[in-house]
Amino acid sequence: MDMAKKIAVTTTLNGEESIFLCEPRQTLLEALRDNLGLIGSKEGCGNGNCGACNVLLDGVLVNSCLVLAPEVEGRDVVTIEGIAEDGELHPLQQKFLEHASLQCGICTPGFIVSAKALLDDNPAPSEHDVRLWLAGNLCRCTGYDKIVRAVLDVAESDS
Amino acid sequence: MASTKQNGTANLAANGQNGYKVIGTRPVRPDGVDKVTGRAVYAADVQMTGLLHGHVLRSPHAHARIRSIDTSKAEALPGVRAVVTAADLPVAEDKIEDLGEGAINLKYLSDNILAHEKALYHGHAVAGVAAVNPHIAEEAAALIEVDYEPLPPVMTVDDALADDAPILLETLRTDSMGEIGSEQTNLASFFRHQRGDLEAGFADAELVVDRTFRTETVHQGYIEPHAATAMYSADGQITIWTSTQGSFAVRGQVCEILQIPVSRLKVVPTEIGGGFGGKINVYVEPVAVLLSQKAGHEPVKIVMSRADVLAATGPTSGSNIRVKIGVDSNGKISAALAELYYEAGAYPGSPVGAAANVSLAPYAIDNLQVDGYDIIVNRPRSAAYRAPGGTNVAFAVESVVDELAEELGMDPAEFRILNGAKENDRRPDGVQYARIGQIETVEAIKDSEHYQSPLEGNYRGRGIASGYWNNWGGQSSATAVLNPDGTVNLNEASTDIGGTRASIAMQLAEAMDIDYEQVKARVVDTDTVSYNDVTGGSRTTFATGLAAYNLGQQLKKEMKRRLAEHWDVEPSAVSYEDGEFSAGDESLPFVEAAGLVQREEPLMASSTVHPQDFGPGFSTQCVDVEVDPETGKITILRYTIAQDVGKAIHPSYVEGQMQGGVAQGIGWAINEEYIYDDEGHLLNASLLDYRMPTALDLPMIETIMVEVPHPAHPYGVRGVGEVNIVPPAGAVANAVYQATGVRMDKLPISPANLLEAMWAKQAEDAAEPVPGDD
Repeated sequence: MDMAKKIAVTTTLNGEESIFLCEPRQTLLEALRDNLGLIGSKEGCGNGNCGACNVLLDGVLVNSCLVLAPEVEGRDVVTIEGIAEDGELHPLQQKFLEHASLQCGICTPGFIVSAKALLDDNPAPSEHDVRLWLAGNLCRCTGYDKIVRAVLDVAESDS
Repeated sequence: MASTKQNGTANLAANGQNGYKVIGTRPVRPDGVDKVTGRAVYAADVQMTGLLHGHVLRSPHAHARIRSIDTSKAEALPGVRAVVTAADLPVAEDKIEDLGEGAINLKYLSDNILAHEKALYHGHAVAGVAAVNPHIAEEAAALIEVDYEPLPPVMTVDDALADDAPILLETLRTDSMGEIGSEQTNLASFFRHQRGDLEAGFADAELVVDRTFRTETVHQGYIEPHAATAMYSADGQITIWTSTQGSFAVRGQVCEILQIPVSRLKVVPTEIGGGFGGKINVYVEPVAVLLSQKAGHEPVKIVMSRADVLAATGPTSGSNIRVKIGVDSNGKISAALAELYYEAGAYPGSPVGAAANVSLAPYAIDNLQVDGYDIIVNRPRSAAYRAPGGTNVAFAVESVVDELAEELGMDPAEFRILNGAKENDRRPDGVQYARIGQIETVEAIKDSEHYQSPLEGNYRGRGIASGYWNNWGGQSSATAVLNPDGTVNLNEASTDIGGTRASIAMQLAEAMDIDYEQVKARVVDTDTVSYNDVTGGSRTTFATGLAAYNLGQQLKKEMKRRLAEHWDVEPSAVSYEDGEFSAGDESLPFVEAAGLVQREEPLMASSTVHPQDFGPGFSTQCVDVEVDPETGKITILRYTIAQDVGKAIHPSYVEGQMQGGVAQGIGWAINEEYIYDDEGHLLNASLLDYRMPTALDLPMIETIMVEVPHPAHPYGVRGVGEVNIVPPAGAVANAVYQATGVRMDKLPISPANLLEAMWAKQAEDAAEPVPGDD
């Protein structure tokens, strides 16, 4: 296969049907950022260790740097840009702001997407549940305290 | 002086304290929404028409002569637009310049950007390529043929100082307190601080503990890799968009490396995804500029991979440290000696000077000597990392202090209070302290519920440690524009790594007695305000905050003057209180006054500051650990930080600095290290193998903000960013001793290192003769 020859991929992206061109060697992360202009997913490591690029693929949390762009053909992708609904911040986004859960903010999109995946599956997690689930996301600024508190606060508000 | 303590981190109360309306509250930061929705633009997010993508080829050898570089095959690859090597850099000879932080050899700065003649570490940049996409750039880089002559690597202090050590830099001579040596060497410099009579002090001692320690190289670990985009326009004007702690520091370095006047370069700081000292040095910026020029004036973006970040940027020094402290029969320190051997990486400039200041700073000592050695090795050029050099030496000193307290049968907090430094005492290099809060931080820990509570269970232990950091003032510039609707645009150049837009805007709002929401803070480029030092040295909320305070005073004063004219009274007759201007029967709320005073002439203010009287920070910390005797793994059960914060402007971000610094310190203490093979290849250049703490590795981190207001700042601000990383390694080591009986003499206290030490101790205990047995 000519790795530089572009192919068309049809997917549902943040709730809307989307068609984009990509090279077969491009990762989903690269396609989102460079081909679709969705810069909210970040590359911190490129090999699945930091979680800054996390997105939901058919509702399942994945590292978008470990998914090839053509793999999302016919599937459903939700990125940080699709978390707020109808112009309203998602409760996680709101609580991250109130708790000062971000310092530099580069890991924040990944944390919010990961936390959403957790709460979608387990609306009332314990502190340990939150820490275990978020262990796939690295933050170097906060020591995680205020991130964990924000997620627990959302969980409590919802229940 | 009263000190206010706030316990716990759950307090989200929106009320200010001590008569302040804005200071002490916890508003949402102005850049917050963009950062939780993914809209904030970081360095790698920059896009523009015609953008080319760069890739940097790096040395596979730790130490090698570069015989030749053939770029012809790379240049011939379709899609490639430019290739550059060190031959494209103007500085090829030794040239000493002062770029604001002491004299530096420009050749070293330049050679670190693209290796000239020699590659000095695994990952050292050798060539750059620009192409139409990053994949082609990477393919092209692989086509560059470099003829290396590998040389034996020099990886540690001991390697570097050996009699027959290979020489890294042929023109380097030891600078020994200003005297320049005559021999080739890997010892870049030596210095000594001393006072009192060391020999007499040790002679007076009842008890002396003398230990040596080793700490490994660690990285700042920011989650955003370095990235920069450069546009070298056909008219000679250059723009760089980059993620940096200091846009003016980038401008200064790039202009020196490329030998261009500062007027031709504008640096636009993007959002920055962490720095911790590691985003002050430039790496890819000059390469992107050269590529943009050579590619026919098209913009070029270079984004580093994580492996490149670990191999070629950052790290802070590994070190060998000896600490010897004597105490008299009352438990008072009678003499102390510290010898600090710091690995600078491939070029001189380890943080050993700062480490010497940190070393014995929390203690009042009459007789002391501190020796510092700056040593080059075949590792990446070391960069600043949060309280640079401090964690290494505090690990050593606080371990020895703990051992002394134990031998004396004293509570370790009591020992630190008895020997604690206070106003008018002196730092190791002789600098005299103004009002400081070291003893208050120890007392805060001693009185804490954590320290007072029992800790039970096998293989569990509690440790405490103290730390010092100098902080910094530095230069800041800012302007403020009064809008006719009563809001203020605050333009400042301190890049915002942890909420400083908020903490600076809050000081302007407080100064003007307006709401925080009325101030719009933005970070601007190097063409918009005057010179501004880096976001570093824990200086930003202090110094740029001071500039913001001045702006508020200026705007208020000018508003009063104009209102006086309007009301036809003397300016002194106009008062401003509770958001309202008044004179006699006349009065006007701030918002209406803002419009009125600008009917004839707009109003803006500018402020430049260079405060010299910044206040140092101290922190004392307490940790409980549990050690798994089967695996050597350490679990952090509980952690409490007491830190003298001066005055917390935005308490959440102060707590965040404390918690974040401690999390980094814990990683340094128990896991993080650069692992090299015998040939100097870095073996763990990924975030899986360079093991930083995750959410699962840490508990909630309790904070006690001790507020000893700094007298030289209108709101009492002290820097809060760095001192928190100084004590953790010592505190963890002391807790591990309580848990296992093993005193660790090296970092990290990784499972492997700890198990080895525990087994060695078991073997030692078993070999000891049983009492009463012949």
